[in-house]
Amino acid sequence: MSERIIEFRDALREAMSQEMHRDPRVFLLGEEVAQYDGAYKVSRGMLEEFGPRRIIDTPISESGFAGMAIGAAMLGLRPIVEFMSWSFSLVAADPILNNAPKMLYMSGGQFGCPIVIRGNDGAGGQLGSTHSWCVEGMFSNVPGLKMAIPAFPDDAKGMLATAIRDDDPVFFLESERLLAMKGHVPEGDHYVPFGKAVVRRPGTDVTLVSFGRPVHFCLDAAEELAKEGISCEVIDGRTIRPLDIDTIVESVRKTNGCVVVDQSWSFGSPGSEVAAQVHAHCFDDLDNHVMRVHSADVPTPYAANLEQEYLPNARRIAEAVRSSLYVA
Amino acid sequence: MSSVTDPAPPAASGGRPLAERTSATPAQLHEWLRQMLLIREFEVRTMQAYQDKKIGGFCHIYIGQEAVAVGCTAAVQHADPVVTAYRDHGHALARGMDPKYCMAEMFGRIGGCAKGKGGSMHMFDKPNNLFGGHGIVGAQTPLGAGLAFAKKYQDEVIEGGVNKHVTLCFLGDGALNQGGFYEAMNLASLFDIPVIFVVENNGYSMGTSIERGTSMSHRIIAKGEGCGIKGYEIEGMDVITVYEEMKKVADTARAESRPAMVDLRTYRFKGHSMSDPRKYRTRDEEEHWETGDPITRLRDAMIGGGLIDTDGFKALNKAQKVAVREAITWAENSPEPDLSELYTDVYVEKFGPYTGTSMPQIVTDAEESR
Ligand SMILES: Cc1ncc(C[n+]2csc(CCOP(=O)(O)OP(=O)(O)O)c2C)c(N)n1
Ligand SMILES: [Mg+2]
Repeated sequence: MSERIIEFRDALREAMSQEMHRDPRVFLLGEEVAQYDGAYKVSRGMLEEFGPRRIIDTPISESGFAGMAIGAAMLGLRPIVEFMSWSFSLVAADPILNNAPKMLYMSGGQFGCPIVIRGNDGAGGQLGSTHSWCVEGMFSNVPGLKMAIPAFPDDAKGMLATAIRDDDPVFFLESERLLAMKGHVPEGDHYVPFGKAVVRRPGTDVTLVSFGRPVHFCLDAAEELAKEGISCEVIDGRTIRPLDIDTIVESVRKTNGCVVVDQSWSFGSPGSEVAAQVHAHCFDDLDNHVMRVHSADVPTPYAANLEQEYLPNARRIAEAVRSSLYVA
Repeated sequence: MSSVTDPAPPAASGGRPLAERTSATPAQLHEWLRQMLLIREFEVRTMQAYQDKKIGGFCHIYIGQEAVAVGCTAAVQHADPVVTAYRDHGHALARGMDPKYCMAEMFGRIGGCAKGKGGSMHMFDKPNNLFGGHGIVGAQTPLGAGLAFAKKYQDEVIEGGVNKHVTLCFLGDGALNQGGFYEAMNLASLFDIPVIFVVENNGYSMGTSIERGTSMSHRIIAKGEGCGIKGYEIEGMDVITVYEEMKKVADTARAESRPAMVDLRTYRFKGHSMSDPRKYRTRDEEEHWETGDPITRLRDAMIGGGLIDTDGFKALNKAQKVAVREAITWAENSPEPDLSELYTDVYVEKFGPYTGTSMPQIVTDAEESR
């Protein structure tokens, strides 16, 4: 493991910087990414490093600049689009959902769309319902896009580097709540392949599957449950499309139980997809049906107490695990 | 002429006697001064409460822009709808929201104008015809056209009369660059919708100066003119000027049932939000604008006109400090929303986990006092 410890946000920047040095077709655009160093300081210093032709400040025109980047990708450039928050991608829904993921198909294979769209995703900062979107629920429904959602700094770097090299559109979901998290991150080239989940904590009684920030909620819950003698295996899915169902199935065949934790709403979500696939693959292995912990099925509230209860927090995960194991 | 590099001189119109400058009565002038002092004090306490972690999320301070909300709302009638963006505390107070509901909203308490569900960026006040507080840049602009459409529809289709209303739709200069705004302007012009798009041109969207982010920044009303919408450029640091000019704009829009676009030149004295070190502008520039403080300007004009003296001003200011202190106490004593509130107000209808809807205290209190 690398000795060096850096923040999640710096790991993201390192991936962008390294890929930009490697490939002149890569450029970054978005609101406040250049002169302001990024609204969340992810692109700090990149303007000095690469100049204003490659680090581009845009007006607040998400539909316009995302669409522009998609056009540029059709012609062979490799844009990285930063949305300050994925919540603001909704005004750009048509280009990012109707153009980027379908261009290859609609053109019969002539024009692909090697674009990375990245930004903060998820609730937890008391930002209220317009600013707290977990877009994995809605957007993972769309074939043609890939969706990556790192939970740790080394994955932030390795997965973003992979995303930039990918020939297909990648929706890259970061969490503002994790940007200051520190961890060991390799200094040189570091690529984490898509479609490979990882076991973050081995266990024997039940499999917890999650993506992004709630992986940490799962680890917290597993710690608590260990005190009660319940052993959880925690799987970090890393990418939602492609989904590494094999790693999940292998674990569930061992533990015979499964709880899926997904910060998006329950209805038609990555969580419901994982549950359906686990039921299909592991019907005879399960001691109980797959249980799911999601954000509450309501718009995100502002009030701190309501928001905490709304999130798929460790307490709610532990309750689901006990229930899954028939522990009162 | 750019609003950032070349602001109007502080005392641009201050030379003439008050009576020549405004048709407003002394009582109106007093009320504007009171409202601006209230907003200023409210925002100072809001910043403190944010630092004390009593307020969470994003919080955008209105200090410096008080003359805009106060002058514009004074230029229309109470029944005229108002809608704005997320920098909305000033509009809420100018519209007449009791500061206690506004503060309680930011404290995330049940007594908040939206029961603590909306927060700083989403202030709503039905009794005062304030239709939000909207967090997504530009989101309120088509809504503004829709509010004006509905008022005109009520007046003309349902009542069978002529249009009697005008809608104020505030937006930041950064919102000029949202596609939805152009669609809203085209619709408003096409359908003769009496909505006034009031651009609070404070020269910046976050760290981006208007010159860096917006084409035609020296003449943004050209964007409305492209849709056949009349445009006006108004100096926004002097509440009397804002009122006098906006009155004409509003009266015309109402009478002709036509949209308008206003470029109101103003300045936010604080950062974009509570976490902005303001490295993108100079201290010199800030000081230049601070010398044109809208409160000082009205105060001096009123003292000059013999409408208030220094003691009177101090007493008025003190009263606003007391009002805000009371609002904070009220907000602190308002309980957190019960967890069951998660499932209220999602649907009007009750089904599954959803328990229907109810009006917040700001509305029931208003009904009782009526
Ligand atoms: C669609 C969208 N994109 C980005 C943001 C983030 N954001 C919030 S405020 C803001 C700047 C807006 O500036 P302006 O319209 O001038 O209003 P001001 O803050 O000056 O009042 C940005 C980029 C957002 N809320 N919505
Ligand atoms: Mg602005």
